[in-house]
Amino acid sequence: MTLTFLHSRTFSVKVLGLVALLAVFSSCVSSTKYYWGDYENNIYSQYQSPGKATPEYQIEKMQADIQRAASKDQPLPPGFYAHLGYQYLQVGKAGDARKYFTAEKRAFPESAVLMDRFLTKIK
Amino acid sequence: MIFEISKKTKLSLILNFVSSIFVLILAGCASPKNYDKFRAARVRSILVLPPKNQSTDLRGTYSFLSTVTAPIAEKGFYVFPVAIVDQMMKENGLPSANEMHEVSLKKIKEIINPDAVLYITLEQYGSKFVLLQSQTSVVASGRLVSAVTGQVLWQGRVNKTIASSDGGGGLGGMLASAMISQAVNSSTDQAHEISIMASEELFTEPGQGLLDGPYKPASTK
Repeated sequence: MTLTFLHSRTFSVKVLGLVALLAVFSSCVSSTKYYWGDYENNIYSQYQSPGKATPEYQIEKMQADIQRAASKDQPLPPGFYAHLGYQYLQVGKAGDARKYFTAEKRAFPESAVLMDRFLTKIK
Repeated sequence: MIFEISKKTKLSLILNFVSSIFVLILAGCASPKNYDKFRAARVRSILVLPPKNQSTDLRGTYSFLSTVTAPIAEKGFYVFPVAIVDQMMKENGLPSANEMHEVSLKKIKEIINPDAVLYITLEQYGSKFVLLQSQTSVVASGRLVSAVTGQVLWQGRVNKTIASSDGGGGLGGMLASAMISQAVNSSTDQAHEISIMASEELFTEPGQGLLDGPYKPASTK
């Protein structure tokens, strides 16, 4: 009985240690406020290998990022929605462009002047 | 009594030693910045213009531009979409970073409306061959200017240099590894990886980087 008690105690200490360790690790992993995904990689590729990072390619990558950000419950970073809206504009999808320019403005009111400029151009 | 004095002398010697080490450490660090103007400006949003590139590697400007949003946004600021602003300026007759840096703050305020504009200059970008080693450097300086008053709110500079390690095997081995890393550098743009580190350091180094902005969660301030 005493032995089991001791055992379970060491066990719980071990479990606690593991939990603490996990907490430290997970805090490292999710140390960013935003879910960055491929946003900055896309920008890099857009300039260094434009043949690869076409608007269609970027839209696909960024839509996947939106899904992942939602599943991690993390917000998307400043500029993300605007950049996506701009990609839709490039491929002539005005409705989607409008949707994401509006999303940028809603998430970050600081962008309002620039986003309104784009939104009035679309109309 | 004698013991007392010698103990005192010993202590003062130790203190002297410790303080001289402190002075050495402080001398090694850059002096702390004055953040008064930055703090007073209450910046929420930052427009980062494509960096001027003084290096010979043409990839520098957009490599570095694609590394600035994450560190600055994680510091708590709204960062305008860098690629869109670049495209917009190009469509309006400003083909290069040099020209974009000349646009008046009044015009920038009217069209984009940032609280502050960040002007970056790449002093070095890329790899060179030094003493049988390939050396990759990114040296950048930044200047944050209030879009309202034109005052300089913050200035910083970063120098990140990474040398390829020698692969062993004496001179032949060193030559081979230097040649290999040179080949690697020119094909994969190793300086871009250095840019990511340089950008992070330039904007987030405690006591040297940017202040925390309004989107920084209170718990990590």
